[in-house]
Amino acid sequence: MNENVPVNQTTKQPRDAANWAKSGENLKVGELPREATNLNVEGRRVVGPLEGFGQLWQKTYRVRLSGTSVTPTEVVKVWKEHFPEFQPPSNRFYPSVAGVQPGEVVMINAMTPGGPVSTGVMVLYSDEESFTLMTPQGHPESGWVTFSAFEEDGVTVAQVQSLARANDPIYEMAFRLIGASMQEQIWTHVLTSLARHYDVQGAVSVQKTCVDPKLQWSGFKNLRHNAQIITLLYTLGTPFRWVFSRGKKA
Amino acid sequence: MPQANVKMTVRKITDHTSVIDIEGEVTGFAENELMDAYTQATSAGAKAILLNFGQLEYMNSSGIGLLVTVLIRAQRQGQKLMACGLTEHYRQIFELTRLDDAIGIYGTEQEALAAAAA
Repeated sequence: MNENVPVNQTTKQPRDAANWAKSGENLKVGELPREATNLNVEGRRVVGPLEGFGQLWQKTYRVRLSGTSVTPTEVVKVWKEHFPEFQPPSNRFYPSVAGVQPGEVVMINAMTPGGPVSTGVMVLYSDEESFTLMTPQGHPESGWVTFSAFEEDGVTVAQVQSLARANDPIYEMAFRLIGASMQEQIWTHVLTSLARHYDVQGAVSVQKTCVDPKLQWSGFKNLRHNAQIITLLYTLGTPFRWVFSRGKKA
Repeated sequence: MPQANVKMTVRKITDHTSVIDIEGEVTGFAENELMDAYTQATSAGAKAILLNFGQLEYMNSSGIGLLVTVLIRAQRQGQKLMACGLTEHYRQIFELTRLDDAIGIYGTEQEALAAAAA
């Protein structure tokens, strides 16, 4: 390639154009089931692995779907359609009506050792063989998780790969104490459930790499968005809101 | 794993600056190619590495993840990572993922090299 050759300034859209969420928009939550708590997502912006506070980790979980003839495309299609069902019972996922589509929000109501947490994720990218969920401000992590499938030695492999760091100092401490192992259990559960969908009893492999061991002290201020704290305060305020709403009706 | 459909060529511009021309698809399967190109570009002591995306045909979220890991590696080595040749579509993806905060983005290779030399 010659340095004098004009760079690619064509207006033709690349093949992946429809696979990506649009940039520059704050998150909007669509219609949700009545039991879902809509907190800490509306109006927030998404945050990537370069933001946040804690150490940056890449964690890769894989399960081989041996003994089946299912293709990577079929696996990802099923994964998108049944995404909430593959989660552990303590993790309630509420995709929008549109499903796993670029730019759509998936609300999350989870129960953790620190109490309930309401947050969500945005679908950053989605194609036939993968989809990626990116976290908003206040989520325990700053980064994204990619769910994909590919063929290796004639066997379809399902993979979860996260690239993220804790969003603030409290989350970083929680991850070091218990959160990291809980998170590994969650993605192991998801892959085990997916494999079981195909009647496969696959062992899940985990590979962890600390991409950036440094703490980003500029992310200290992210505490103000901490979804766990805000959810806890919201939960504690529920009786008062109930009394107040009854008073207004009377 | 599927083969990566990408070609990366390293050009040494000065003792301190190298360009990696990226042609084809940047996906998670391009990890070895990108890391090899980065190692080649920096082994001669380059402190500024320009990723030329002028011939980029396709990129998915795993590809963006690869760029994040290269960026962190460069930052830890005290190197400057730059990009040029991004179409409006890919510029928006850099913006969405905040890569544009950490990677200097230039319209042309000449502009990027001038900035590296400044």
